[in-house]
Amino acid sequence: MPSYLLKKSIHFLALMVAVTALAFTLVNLSPVDPVSAYIGTDTRIGLEQREAIAHRFGLDKSPVDRFGFWLNNIIHGNWGESLIFREPVTSVIGKRFWPSLALMGGAWFFSGVIGFTLGLAAGFKQNSWLDRLLSGYAYFLASTPTFWVGILLLMLFSVKLGLTPICCAWPVGLQAGQATLGQKFHHLLLPMMTLSIVGISAIILHTRQKVIDLMKSDFSVFAQAQGVPPLRFLVTQGLKHVSIPAITVHLASFGELFGGSILAEQVFSYPGLGQAAVMAGIRGDTPLLLGITICSALFIYFGNTVADLSYRLLDPRIKLEGVAIS
Amino acid sequence: MTCCRTGESRTGFSFYYFRHLILALLFLLGLIALRLFLDSSGLGTNLTLMEEAPSWRHPFGTDSLGRDMLIRTVYGLMVSLKVGLMAATISALIALTLGVAGAIFGRWADLAVTWLVDVGMSLPHLVLLILISFAVGGGEKGVMLAVALSHWPSLTRVLRAEALQLKSAPYVVISKKFGRSSWYIATRHFLPHLVPQFLIGLLLLFPHAILHEAALSFLGFGLNPHTPAVGILLAESLQHLSTGCWWLGVLPGLLLVMTVKMFDVIGAGVKKYFTPYKD
Repeated sequence: MPSYLLKKSIHFLALMVAVTALAFTLVNLSPVDPVSAYIGTDTRIGLEQREAIAHRFGLDKSPVDRFGFWLNNIIHGNWGESLIFREPVTSVIGKRFWPSLALMGGAWFFSGVIGFTLGLAAGFKQNSWLDRLLSGYAYFLASTPTFWVGILLLMLFSVKLGLTPICCAWPVGLQAGQATLGQKFHHLLLPMMTLSIVGISAIILHTRQKVIDLMKSDFSVFAQAQGVPPLRFLVTQGLKHVSIPAITVHLASFGELFGGSILAEQVFSYPGLGQAAVMAGIRGDTPLLLGITICSALFIYFGNTVADLSYRLLDPRIKLEGVAIS
Repeated sequence: MTCCRTGESRTGFSFYYFRHLILALLFLLGLIALRLFLDSSGLGTNLTLMEEAPSWRHPFGTDSLGRDMLIRTVYGLMVSLKVGLMAATISALIALTLGVAGAIFGRWADLAVTWLVDVGMSLPHLVLLILISFAVGGGEKGVMLAVALSHWPSLTRVLRAEALQLKSAPYVVISKKFGRSSWYIATRHFLPHLVPQFLIGLLLLFPHAILHEAALSFLGFGLNPHTPAVGILLAESLQHLSTGCWWLGVLPGLLLVMTVKMFDVIGAGVKKYFTPYKD
């Protein structure tokens, strides 16, 4: 166990350094001049002052020095100041983290539970009309852009039926603190549905295939030969076999989830991390873009690690000790 | 996996897939024909035809400036397709190079390649796209490069595994013992074997690349008002949501989804042809 943890932590640190280096390099390649982006349209600032700012930013140092300096700051919690919001990046992310988490968490949960159940049904009744319907749906959704689903839902539920609000995470004109939980949920509903509808397809197809394989396996045939009805076999013995890989696959989909949330947040003007990432990317807010990049990398790493651990912890056939990590 | 769809033979590939392939190709050819033969005069503003619902004259309706939405959608789709296809090809070539290099140049090269794949996959794809697009200064070029430089990790993984298997194949080992150079082995032994996997991977990258191009242009990267990609049309439709012009968002999106689906069908069909027993 300790060696496992040690290997994991070294891998984690190396990966984070590599990812931050990649993000830092990319951002530094940008033709956007950080000093100009910082000053904005203020014309009173002369050349000397620009140089002073460049010096304070450390822009006169070599890229490697700058990366070391920046990484050191990041580790010490100084993530810089967002140019769009004129406040520390950590506080922007802190404010936007919770709405995004609610959105992604809710969508992840619902798409997991519903997708798994539908996948079970489709696989159990392979080639029935239900299976055809669900597989068709899942295949179709696989080539559907998340934002288009969002637009369709918005048209149907907000514009046509007037059931849900058209934008934002709480009623327009209120502060985040003033909105009630019910109002927030009301605003969360449609973006969450968008993400769930799209996220469901992978888990349906995966579960369906696993159930089909399971029902053909030797121990399934044996159990049924001994008189266990297929449905009872699936519930009492099969679920264990099908659910563990499903959980792992679903946990490993955090990257797609984050990407989907960027698009959903854009459609619904939902004030989360994804929307901030888009703003930062378009308007050249380097510190914020880097901050969100780090957050998203941590988020994916968390998902993958939990997936890895869950596999080892839940599956009694795999022991944690002495297993080489890939 | 045992088969059960109607018309599927024991080999797995049959008329069933063939029919789908032909239909998909016909659809795409039809799209290109539309792009070539549609009169581009409908792209100009026409204030006497503002916000018209779909009709025979304007199957996709018109927008708030009286522009024909079918023509705009077809032109926009062609922009998306062009970017998607070029980007997917570049990504697939990167994947092929890395995959073969990992197998040819020994342990350290292989470690480097797997590490690159790990790093490439440790960010959400869309975040990586935004970062690259930002790095090259946005614009259409930014979208193109972002999509091209970010789709290689998964295919690299597949090709590397395949190349590693080949590496220990007897004829490659013997060839090496006879003193053939790494370059000879890579080009004469590895590449011919990797062609099917490469083609399948390339075809299956198309739908991803097209969808990501659409997503990036939807988010507002690579804004080009003269030749709007289909993502920009959909972003515009959001602004006219409350006017009740449903066709602005529904129909272009539907055409995009169908086009992506057709590429998916072609990819799946070719995959089935080359590797009938794989899932």
